[in-house]
Amino acid sequence: MTMRATLLFAFVVLLFVGTGIVQSWNVSLTILNMGLVSAIMALGVNMQWGYAGLFNVGVMGFVALGGLGAVLVSMPPNPEHIAAGGLRVVGALILGALTIAAAIFAWRRLKTARGLSVVAILVVGFFLYRALLDPGVAAIEAIEAASTGNIGGLGLPVLLGWPVGGLLAAGAAWLIGKTALGLRSDYLAIATLGIAEIIIAILKNEDWLARGVKNVIGVPRPVPYEIDLQNDPAFVDRMIAWGFDPVTGSTIFVKLAYAGLFLVILLGLLWLAQAALASPWGRMMRAIRDNEVAAEAMGKDVTARHLQVFILGSAVCGLAGAMMTTLDGQLTPGTYQPLRYTFLIWVMVIVGGSGNNFGAVLGGFLVWWLWVQVEPLGALAMSAITAGMADGSWLKGHLIESVAHMRLLTMGVILLLVLRFSPRGLLPER
Amino acid sequence: MEPLNALVTFANFVLVPATAYGAQLALGALGVTLIYGILRFSNFAHGDTMAFGTTAVILTTWGLQAAGVSFGPLPTALLALPVGIAVAAALLLFTDRVVYRFYRAKKAVPVTFVIASLGVMFIYNGLTRFVIGPDDQRFADGARFLISARDFREMTGLDEGLAIRSTQAITVVVAVIVVALLFWFLNKTRTGKSMRAYSDNEDLALLSGINPERVVVITWLIVAGLATIAGTLYGLDKSFKPFTYFQLLLPIFAAAIVGGLGSPLGAIAGGFVIAFAEVTITYPLKKVLGYALPETLEPDGLVQLLSTDYKFAVSFVILLIVLLFRPTGLFAGKSV
Repeated sequence: MTMRATLLFAFVVLLFVGTGIVQSWNVSLTILNMGLVSAIMALGVNMQWGYAGLFNVGVMGFVALGGLGAVLVSMPPNPEHIAAGGLRVVGALILGALTIAAAIFAWRRLKTARGLSVVAILVVGFFLYRALLDPGVAAIEAIEAASTGNIGGLGLPVLLGWPVGGLLAAGAAWLIGKTALGLRSDYLAIATLGIAEIIIAILKNEDWLARGVKNVIGVPRPVPYEIDLQNDPAFVDRMIAWGFDPVTGSTIFVKLAYAGLFLVILLGLLWLAQAALASPWGRMMRAIRDNEVAAEAMGKDVTARHLQVFILGSAVCGLAGAMMTTLDGQLTPGTYQPLRYTFLIWVMVIVGGSGNNFGAVLGGFLVWWLWVQVEPLGALAMSAITAGMADGSWLKGHLIESVAHMRLLTMGVILLLVLRFSPRGLLPER
Repeated sequence: MEPLNALVTFANFVLVPATAYGAQLALGALGVTLIYGILRFSNFAHGDTMAFGTTAVILTTWGLQAAGVSFGPLPTALLALPVGIAVAAALLLFTDRVVYRFYRAKKAVPVTFVIASLGVMFIYNGLTRFVIGPDDQRFADGARFLISARDFREMTGLDEGLAIRSTQAITVVVAVIVVALLFWFLNKTRTGKSMRAYSDNEDLALLSGINPERVVVITWLIVAGLATIAGTLYGLDKSFKPFTYFQLLLPIFAAAIVGGLGSPLGAIAGGFVIAFAEVTITYPLKKVLGYALPETLEPDGLVQLLSTDYKFAVSFVILLIVLLFRPTGLFAGKSV
């Protein structure tokens, strides 16, 4: 790490320590944990954009799929629901996949009337699919709709769900890459944006899968529950012996445990990413990014490498999404929106320094900290500005209320300032 | 089996709303496509530009209403449009000066502009919420219906009514006027021709003495007009909420891309393709089929191809299908 990087990371540490002292250690650790997750997301986007120049604006979709992975692995199974309609649903999904495969096959092989036959295959396939799927879904959702009403999960440890979340995202990325990576520039960007919306729409509406907007709550944890710690005499005694309040101590202990887990994963990924970037593979990726035509002339398979890095980056985003769902303890498809889960991650990568893994991580921590803290800081500033105004005046009320919208404004200003005055980010690629 | 009733039901729930929505999308997509054609980037801030222009219109409308001014049976917001357009134009020109011009001078790659427009999007989004707050605002006044369902039934003696809200009629009329003006401007005037020349071949246009900065300024002015009008029409027809406008970005982009980025005709076609697909696919056709088919064939279910919540997803599925077969859209758009 360079001097500059060391200083900037020291500054980030200072921010978190300061938050701990001024506000509370609970707040600081909460921000830190999401900061760790954000840093991993930024690392994933940096692989696609920084290494290979792929403009993926569908980060949100992969993050959500990762969350789905964690839920499907860790939630207790609902055998009754699966018995009611599981087979039909699985059959319908297979039929749907076969329909699409048949359509692709027909498009490639047929010589005459292929447009018409492809449409015919798709239309017939769609109605068969719905005829098979709908009763199955209805049967599953009918059972205890208020409390479960979905197929549940495998009931395995949630830590297993993290790689599975990554795999789900990777699978989706493969599908998307196969179809969309041939598109040029902005067409690819909008296509990924759209695919992310489609993924969220599916998560929101297919209640049998993940309860839709009814949310999956109570996702199992890899760390102990606060209440168990508080009921554990050994833990309480130790906290009292160290001079802490056992209740606060238990919340901090849980957050520290998460932070430890996340840190191990972040450092592992960072090490892998650095090794990859320094390897011949990394050099090749950057060569492709900087001059596609030349790289192709040298015999590099540009399309295959793009697909590869697209899948890798998306898998990392999916992993982060699974970690986030575990940290929240719930999957809430209704809350995924591109401003927060796609564009904010992009701000992190650009501000941190695209092409530089440490930059992406730094951007993740810094921008997330700001995203959370802009509101209290803004409220402080605004109360100073409005101090001279009469209490209860229209303008004062409006200004103080508006503080809630400061964070969007601030993020935009920061992104534009960095893009203009330090276009390669705080930690430029070397 | 009553074909007329089937037709009226279909018109009432699909044809009329989709036409109005299509016109709004087309106006939005025209703005996106013009920016792509002339400034050569996808402007992610377009949805929020619409929101900001509409905010100015709403505030002016409230001012006019407070002053007792009204536009008879038409919504007062139409009177406020010029003010909204002026405010949006000022904002866009200011943005161009402090953000985009720098990158233009540096001849930055298009994706830099796109990322800068992400920053602009955040700022506009915050600005709009700052000014008017994040809540729903209604500002439509004037007559509510051109034809109400009851009047239509009395007039025709059919079982089904056809309601046309005045906002829907106004949307279509205004959109037709705006599009006609735009095409007249692009095809007949000297400035419009120079803009098209600049869009087709920048270097050649510069050689023939076209002033690029003037072209850029005029583009932003037109975009401000299109965005504010589209936003106001959408707000009159449905309602105004900053977050909804940010989300409108998705179908608008879909429309612009389905038509082919950079092609004004494509943007209009794309707008209607997306709107009709969204409305038809998510509308339960049971009633229509009930009238259209013989009794024995009447469907039991709702015959809704996809649930209404898949609205946004539909526009993108169409986008993907079109892109798979025509990678630069129906009207062969550009790619930079």
